[in-house]
Amino acid sequence: MADVRGAPSTAAQPGAPGKKALPATLTTRARPIALAWACAAVILLWSGLDLAVAAGGAAAPDAIDAAIARYHEMLDEGNPAELDEQRGEQLWKTAAGPAHATLERCDLGRGPGVVKGAYAELPRLFADTGRVQDLESRLITCLTTLQGIPESEVVAKPFSTDSARSDIEALVAYVAGQSRGVTMQVPLHDAKEKEAYALGERLFFYRAGPYDFSCASCHSSSGSRIRLQDLPNLATTAGAQRAYTSWPAYRVSQGLFRSFQWRLNDCFRQQRFPEPVYASDATIALTMFIAANANGARYNGPGIKR
Amino acid sequence: MGDPMKIKATLQDGVTEVKILMRHPMETGLRKDESGALVPAWFITEVSAIHGDRVVLRAQFGTSVSRNPYLAFRFKGGQPGDRVTVSWVDSKGDRRSDEAAIG
Amino acid sequence: MVGGVLAPTALYAADPALDARFKQLLQHDFRARGGAGMDRLEQDSVQKICTDTRDRPQPAQREDLQKEQQALIRWPADGQFLGDWRAGEKVAQDGRGMTWADLPGAAGGGGCYGCHQISPQEIAFGTIGPSLLQLGRKRGNSLQMQRYVYGHIYNAKAYNVCSYMPRFGLSHALSEQQIKDLVALLLDPDSPVNR
Repeated sequence: MADVRGAPSTAAQPGAPGKKALPATLTTRARPIALAWACAAVILLWSGLDLAVAAGGAAAPDAIDAAIARYHEMLDEGNPAELDEQRGEQLWKTAAGPAHATLERCDLGRGPGVVKGAYAELPRLFADTGRVQDLESRLITCLTTLQGIPESEVVAKPFSTDSARSDIEALVAYVAGQSRGVTMQVPLHDAKEKEAYALGERLFFYRAGPYDFSCASCHSSSGSRIRLQDLPNLATTAGAQRAYTSWPAYRVSQGLFRSFQWRLNDCFRQQRFPEPVYASDATIALTMFIAANANGARYNGPGIKR
Repeated sequence: MGDPMKIKATLQDGVTEVKILMRHPMETGLRKDESGALVPAWFITEVSAIHGDRVVLRAQFGTSVSRNPYLAFRFKGGQPGDRVTVSWVDSKGDRRSDEAAIG
Repeated sequence: MVGGVLAPTALYAADPALDARFKQLLQHDFRARGGAGMDRLEQDSVQKICTDTRDRPQPAQREDLQKEQQALIRWPADGQFLGDWRAGEKVAQDGRGMTWADLPGAAGGGGCYGCHQISPQEIAFGTIGPSLLQLGRKRGNSLQMQRYVYGHIYNAKAYNVCSYMPRFGLSHALSEQQIKDLVALLLDPDSPVNR
């Protein structure tokens, strides 16, 4: 049991898990003691972490995992993704483009204008385009057909940068947020939907490039991580459920909201592949594979990540 | 006029808890962009919150506060329906003010 | 679905129509960018067999491929394998290089900490590959061991054909000197890995 009397007081900061602020007087009163116990536990955890690593070998994965989990807990309050959801809702309801129309007639699979629950059922086959589409390709359909914006303009800069924010990413945040708490039920009824799943699975396991990487190289075993980033096993139901239901998400390290298409793009970049075309059939197929694997889970997004 | 804040104010046992999510780049002036050039400093310098005729919070922000700051604080008092107004000023002199009703 | 693990759908040989559609997808839905050309999507023998067998090749396939890969290793002309461990630590820390965002031909690193624990001071290490802590101390640093480590970094597939480890020498991701520096990081008795 560690004696935390006189321990230095440090304010809680994101990215520095474990250190809590201590009141100046800290001994016999009930509340300060409860805080002291909490601090002791956290300091023990942190020093346990150091000890475990110094010992080397099978370094206590639980200690590191627990510290990472606390960091996530601290991030969960006040997710800036909510600001993107707000902006997306405004874009949805504001008339724009040469047709001067809103997106309120956009059909995301549950009927024109029905946004609630739509993300939990994507990707799916759409009768009007005859294609299996994910959210982002469907937004392209609506932005072009309802608002008359040329496709080249819509897909020109799909991912936000510090200086230029992407409207599509805000719309993704809004639509995804409207499926919060809804159970994932991506359909695999039509032959095209099944084909998309099978193609996505192939792409998932396709080893190529100078590093011989496939998605599976990182994402087909349970319990491993790259640096300190846990890697979900997307080839299992449990792994896919945990991972898919936390995207799209606000990325703290980038200070930006990121969509699932962005996640796929950045994965392919790190796989040393050539670049996937934004919202193309290949990316939709891969999304179908992972999203359908996540069926049955409650959608928790938009999330917040390191 | 900066981007709108998201404010939630809830009353419990005579104490109002206010949670604020601000949208601001909070550039420290030390960061380099993709081309290697220094991104100029631009950050919120002051935040204040008013309930009725009372200033319930005054904070000095600086470069150690991260992008899109989240701030939560509590004050004694408040009634459901009362307005809490939160305002900030930044280093360029830009301002933002938003309000929420205590729920 | 059994026990939460999804059974693989019918494998590749069985469906030529799906095969053709998949090839079309690759050609149509990817594009070259920076140093990452479309040729990167063409599979060599290792990539094809490991993909088709989901990294579980038949013993005979494994033997043949490993022999083939072993022959592709370019050993250092001077017969020396030990470089400078301090430089090696930098190579192990640096995960850049070979992506479409990197300058083609620019020097990069091995990104070794992405998958491995190496030096005890670095706690931000991955667990995809085995821990390399104390490697020199455990396995010695004989010339034979140095050669093995060099060969493994140059072409991991020569030793374990469907390994997830990239072929750093063969792909020119790392130079001869960089690989020597990594060997030193792992085997030099003065390296923090072995102290």
